Amino acid sequence: MSGKSALRAEAARLLALFVAAGATPVEADLLLPAETLLDLYGEDIRARAYVTHDPDRGELMLRPDFTVPVVQMHMQGGADPARYCYQGEVFRTQAAGSGRPSEYLQVGYEVFDRADPTRADAEVFALFARALGALDLRAVTGDISIVSAAIDTLATSEARKAALRRHIWRPRRFRALIDRFTGKQPAPPARAALIAAMAAKGGEGLMAKAGPEIGLRARQEVTERLEALLADAATPPIPAPQAEVLSAILTLKAMMPDAHEQLRDICVDLPGLQPAVDRLEARMQALGAAGVDVAHLPFEASFGRTTMEYYDGFVFGFLVPTRPDLPLVASGGRYDALTRILGAGRAIPAVGGVIRPELVLRLAAGGAP
Amino acid sequence: MTIRLAVPSKGRLMEKTFGWFAERGVEMRRTGSEREYAAAVDGVDVELMLLSAGEIPRELAAGRIHLGVTGSDLVQERIPAWDQTVEVVAPMGFGHADLVIAVPAFWIDVATLDDLDAVAAAFRRQHGFRLRVATKYHRLVRDFLREAGVADYQLVDSQGATEGTVAHGTAEAIADITSTGETLRANHLKILEDGLIHRSEATLFRARGADWGAVEKAALADLVARIGAA
Repeated sequence: MSGKSALRAEAARLLALFVAAGATPVEADLLLPAETLLDLYGEDIRARAYVTHDPDRGELMLRPDFTVPVVQMHMQGGADPARYCYQGEVFRTQAAGSGRPSEYLQVGYEVFDRADPTRADAEVFALFARALGALDLRAVTGDISIVSAAIDTLATSEARKAALRRHIWRPRRFRALIDRFTGKQPAPPARAALIAAMAAKGGEGLMAKAGPEIGLRARQEVTERLEALLADAATPPIPAPQAEVLSAILTLKAMMPDAHEQLRDICVDLPGLQPAVDRLEARMQALGAAGVDVAHLPFEASFGRTTMEYYDGFVFGFLVPTRPDLPLVASGGRYDALTRILGAGRAIPAVGGVIRPELVLRLAAGGAP
Repeated sequence: MTIRLAVPSKGRLMEKTFGWFAERGVEMRRTGSEREYAAAVDGVDVELMLLSAGEIPRELAAGRIHLGVTGSDLVQERIPAWDQTVEVVAPMGFGHADLVIAVPAFWIDVATLDDLDAVAAAFRRQHGFRLRVATKYHRLVRDFLREAGVADYQLVDSQGATEGTVAHGTAEAIADITSTGETLRANHLKILEDGLIHRSEATLFRARGADWGAVEKAALADLVARIGAA
C-alpha cells in the first residue's frame, strides 16, 4: 500500500527532524492501564478512547495519546534534562458520521527541562514551525497560566477561586459560575430555601429528618459542605469591574506584541497578573530569538480551554485556515502539573507537542484533502 | 410480505403494543402456541416479528428490520447518533419512565447538578477517587453530565437493583429509570431537581438504513395512513 508507506516515510521525516533537534526516540505501549487515564481525564475519556478488558490486568485503553506514557516513563528515572521524540498510532473514537479517522499517527517531541521554561516553550514552537514551514498553516498561541493568574487576583473566597480554576476547561460552566459569583445570576431557589431552613432548624435536624445515612459520603461531609454553603452565602459578590477585566482577558485575541501590551495595561488594575505577563514577555523574546516572527503570531487567551485539559501554561496549535472542519495539524503546550500528578511527589517543568503526519502529507500533496 | 416490523416479544409492553395498533385498526395476533414467538398482522403488507425489546435497537441500527417498537431510552442509549440512524414514526403514549439522577435523601446540601459537581470535587479530595454513579445508561448519563459541566465523577455499571448500590457502598449516586419514584424513596434516595435525563416512552421507530424500495415505501405509507401517524 503506497498510501501507508508514504505516510510512514512522512512520519520518519518528522521524527528525524526531532532527533536532529536533540531528542531521544522512545516507544510506548499500545495498551495502557485505564485507571491512570480515567483518573487524569475523568469519565469523558471513556467516550473518546477505546476501552478493552483483560481478565488479569483489568480495564485497558488503546493508547489515546503519548503524553501520559512518556511522562510516566520519564518520571520513573529519565535523564534530567531530557528530550524525547516518538511516532506511532493513537486511537480515538469519533462521533458517528464525522468522517474523522479513529486511528491515526502522531509524531511528537517533549522537553523536560528545569533550566529555562520560556526558552523551552520557544524551542518547541520554533521546531514545529520549521517542521511545518512548507504548509500554509495558521499558528495560534495561548497561555492557560494567564487565565489562572487572573482567577487568583479576584477579590473573593478561596473556595470560589478553586471552583473557577477547576472549570477553566469547561467555558460554559465557568461562565455560569462567574454569573453566580458576581450576583448577576441569583442562587437557585433550593439553595436559598436550604439556607433559610438551616437558620431556623439547624443542619443536623434537617439531615436527620431527611433520611438515614447511607453510602460512603458521611454525615460529616454533608455538615462540612453545609458550613461551606453558609460561608459562600455570606461571601460578597465579585465586584463587577473585576469580572469585566476577567472577561476582557478571556476574550483577548491579538497579535502577540499587542496582546502583551493589553495585558500589561490590565496589570495596572490587577498587579497579581504581573508574573504571568512577565512570563509571556520572556517567552515572546525567546520566540523572537528562536527566529519566530512574533509580530505576526496570534495570541488568544482562551485558546486550548476546550480541548487540552492537562496543559497549564503556554499552548499552541497549527490549523488550516480554509478548513475549520479539519482537526489541528499540530498542537502542544506546557504541562508542569501533569508531571507532578504522575510523578508521585516529584515534578519537572515539561512542554511538548504532536504533529499529525497524515494531514501534513495530504496538505503537501495539493491542499484540498 | 414486504416491510418487517418488530414488536416486544412479551409482557405488558407487547400487550400494549398490540392494543395500540388494534385501536388504529391494525390487528396483530400471536400464531402458534402461547410459548412460540410467532405473530402475524391482518390487513396490511407487514411481516410481524416478536423480538426482545432490548434487541430491537440493534436490529433497527443494522437495518435488518424496517420498523420497530421499543423504549426511546433504549434507542438513545444504544444507537450512536440515534437520530441519524432511526426516525420517530410515532410516540405511543405508554411505557412511560423517566431516566433520572438520584442521590441519598440525607444529602440535604445537594438539590441540583451544580451541587453534585461541587460534592464530586470534595468527595474526590476526601476519598481519593471519583464519586461513583451507578447506571446501565452509560452513554445518556455521560452526555448529560458533560453537557451540565459535572466533573470528577465516574460511572460504574449496574445492570439491576441499581437503587440498592448506594446503601451497599458500591456507588454514591445512581442514574436509573423510574416511573413513580417509589423504589427510589424506599431506598432513601431523592431525585435532583434538574436531574431528569430523558423522558422515555414506547415509540415506533423507522430504520433509515433498511431497504426502502418502492414496494416498501408504499407499504409504509399504507401503514402510516392507517395508524394516523405523521
